[in-house]
Amino acid sequence: MAARAMWKGRIRCGDIDVPVKLYSAIKSTSGVHFRLLHDRDLQPVKQQMVNPETGKVVEYEDVRRAFPTEGGDLVMLDEEDLAELEPEGSRDIEITRFVDPETITHQWYDRPYFLGPDESNDEYFALTEALRKQKKEGVARWVMRKKEYVGALRVEGDYLMLMTLRHAGEVVPASALEAPGGRALDKREVQMAKQLVEALEGDLELEAYHDEYRERVLELVEAKAEGKVLKFPTAPGKKAEDESLSKMLEQSIKATKKKASA
Amino acid sequence: MAENEQENEQEEVRARSFWSGTITFGLVSIPVELFSANRSQRVSLRMVSEDGTPLARRYFCPKEERELDWDEIVRGYEIEDNKYVVVTDDELEKLAPEKTRDIDLRRFVDAAEIDPIYFERAYYLTPGGNSTKAYRLLAETMEKTHQAGIATFVMRGKEYLVAILADNGIMRAETLRFADEVRSADDVGLPEPEKPKAAAVRKFEKAIAKLVEKKLDEDELTDRSAEKLLKLVARKEKSGEGVVEAPQGAVEPSEGVIDLMEVLKRSLQGNAGSSGSRSSGAKKSSGSKSSGKSQANSSSKSSSSAKKSSGAKKSSGAKKSSGAKKSSAAKKSSAAKKAKKSSGAKKAKKSSGKSTKKAASGKSKSSASSAKTSSGKASGRKAAKSSGSSRSAKSGRKSA
Repeated sequence: MAARAMWKGRIRCGDIDVPVKLYSAIKSTSGVHFRLLHDRDLQPVKQQMVNPETGKVVEYEDVRRAFPTEGGDLVMLDEEDLAELEPEGSRDIEITRFVDPETITHQWYDRPYFLGPDESNDEYFALTEALRKQKKEGVARWVMRKKEYVGALRVEGDYLMLMTLRHAGEVVPASALEAPGGRALDKREVQMAKQLVEALEGDLELEAYHDEYRERVLELVEAKAEGKVLKFPTAPGKKAEDESLSKMLEQSIKATKKKASA
Repeated sequence: MAENEQENEQEEVRARSFWSGTITFGLVSIPVELFSANRSQRVSLRMVSEDGTPLARRYFCPKEERELDWDEIVRGYEIEDNKYVVVTDDELEKLAPEKTRDIDLRRFVDAAEIDPIYFERAYYLTPGGNSTKAYRLLAETMEKTHQAGIATFVMRGKEYLVAILADNGIMRAETLRFADEVRSADDVGLPEPEKPKAAAVRKFEKAIAKLVEKKLDEDELTDRSAEKLLKLVARKEKSGEGVVEAPQGAVEPSEGVIDLMEVLKRSLQGNAGSSGSRSSGAKKSSGSKSSGKSQANSSSKSSSSAKKSSGAKKSSGAKKSSGAKKSSAAKKSSAAKKAKKSSGAKKAKKSSGKSTKKAASGKSKSSASSAKTSSGKASGRKAAKSSGSSRSAKSGRKSA
C-alpha cells in the first residue's frame, strides 16, 4: 500500500526548482505503550497543570508560556509574541550549498524522509541523477508544519531522501573529548583483540534483529490477563572478572574458533 | 507550541549516565556508562499561570476526581477497551535480565555498511570500572579495523538495536532502528525510476557545481527559531515588559547543573565520582528532583554558552563551574529586583519578600514537577525506583 505524502514542497536553488512530495521513511516506533493508571480503580490517570501556590488546576487555555532567564526571572510571552516567533510558512526547501557526502556524519542525522516526484517525474529523476553524478549532498533548510528544519538532501538508491539534521551545537563531537588514558596497551593483547574482532566479523543482517523484549512484555501481559503465572528466565551468572585480560582474549578466540568449525 | 514542549521534554540533555552495564566481547567484559552525545539547544519555555507562577504537572483520577500521589499510580497495558493489565517495574526487569545488563557484541561489521536511514541517536560510552585497559583495547581495535559491533540491549524497559563504534579512542553507541521500523521506497510507493533527459541532468549538474563548498559551516545549521526567541526575550527583558520574578527554586539553576561536556570529560578520565556520573551516584541522582529541575534550565542556559563552544575544541564548561554560575546569577537577580521595581513592569506582581522566602525554603513543588516530566523517561528502571524516587522514574512516558 502506498503511503500518503505528509507534505509538499519545492527543492530550490539557482536553476533548480523541483516540486516534491515528502514521506516519512519511518513506519512506527518500537516498544510497548503503557498507560498510567490509578491503582485502586485502574482508571487511566488524567494529567493536568496545577498552580502549586493555590493548588488549583489551570486549564490548558489559561496556561501561559514564559522563558526562564539566566537571572532567575521569567519573561512572559503573550499571544502576539508567540505569533511573532512562528516561522513564516513556505513551500521552499532551500538548498544553501552542496558538500561531499562524508561531510555530514550520521551523528547529525535525526529523521529520514523519502522525497517523491510531484507534478513532474522528469525533473525529479533529473535532479536525482545530477546529484548522483556529482556525488554530492545538499544542505537544506525548510519550514514544515510551523517548524523549522535543517537537513541533508541525499540520493538513496534511485530516489531522493531528505534527512533532518540536529541543529548547530547539538552534537558533541568526539574530537572535543579526550580518550581515556592509561599505560600503553600490550602488543600481544592488541593482536589478540584484533583476531577476536576478525573472528566475529560478518555481514550486516539488520533484518535478523527484532524487538524480542517487546514480544516478552506482550507475553507477560497475556499471561497475566489469563491469570497465569509467567516463568521468568533466570539470569546467567556473572562472568568472572578477575581473570587477566590476556587469558580472557585467548579463551574467547579459542571459543569462537570452535564454534566456527563446528 | 504544545508539541514543541513535548519534544523538549523528550530531548532534554542528561548530564548524567543513562545506563550503566557491561560490554561483553568474547569473554571480556568492559564496564561502561552511557551518556547522551547530543545536547538540546532548543530553548524550552515554561508553562506558567497568568501571573507567572510556574505550573506543575499533576495526575488525577477521573473517577474519584482527586489528585493522586505517585505511589497510587501503576502502569497498565490495554488488552481491550478500557481493560488493563498492570505490569510492574520488577516484572519488566525480570523479563530480560541479561539484556538489561550487557551489550553483548557477537557480530562485527564494516561500519560504513550501515545504511544512514537506521541511525537514530548517539550515546558516548565511558569506562565504568577501575581499569580502562579493556575499554581502550576494544576502542582501538574497532577504530583501526573500521568495524562496528552490533548488539541489542534493554534500557529503561525498551529494547535497542545498537552499533558500537569507536572514534578518537572513544566508544559510542549508536541506536539503530529495527528493520521493520523503516520503510523502503517500495513501501512508500514511489514511482518506477525513469531515465531523465540528458539536458535536464546537465542543467542541474551545473547548478549543483556552482554551489559546491568544501566544508559545512556549523552556522549553516543554526536553530533560527531559537535565535529569534532569544532576541525577543532579550528585548522584553531590557524593556521590563512582562518580566516576572519567579520563585527562585523554580527557575534558577541549582548546584545539580552540570555541563554535559564536563561530565563526559570527567567520566572519560575516570574521575566521575564527584559529578555524580558513577553508577551509584548516577542512580541516586537520576531520580532526584533537583537534577531534573536543573535540566529545564540548563537547556536555556546552554543555548548561549554552548553555541560559543560548539566549534572550539577546548572551551569546555569546566571553567564555568556551576558554583560560579550560581553566585553570578544570585547577584544578578538581586540587581534585577531593584531594576524591575523602578521600571514598573506591569506584571511583576510578586513582592520581593515573597520570593526571598521561597528561596530560603528551597525547592518549591513546581520545580519538582519538571523533574517528574523530564526524567520521566526512566520507566521500568529499577535503579531509580529503589532509590526511593519512583515518582520521577515512572512518569512522563507511558511506554516502555
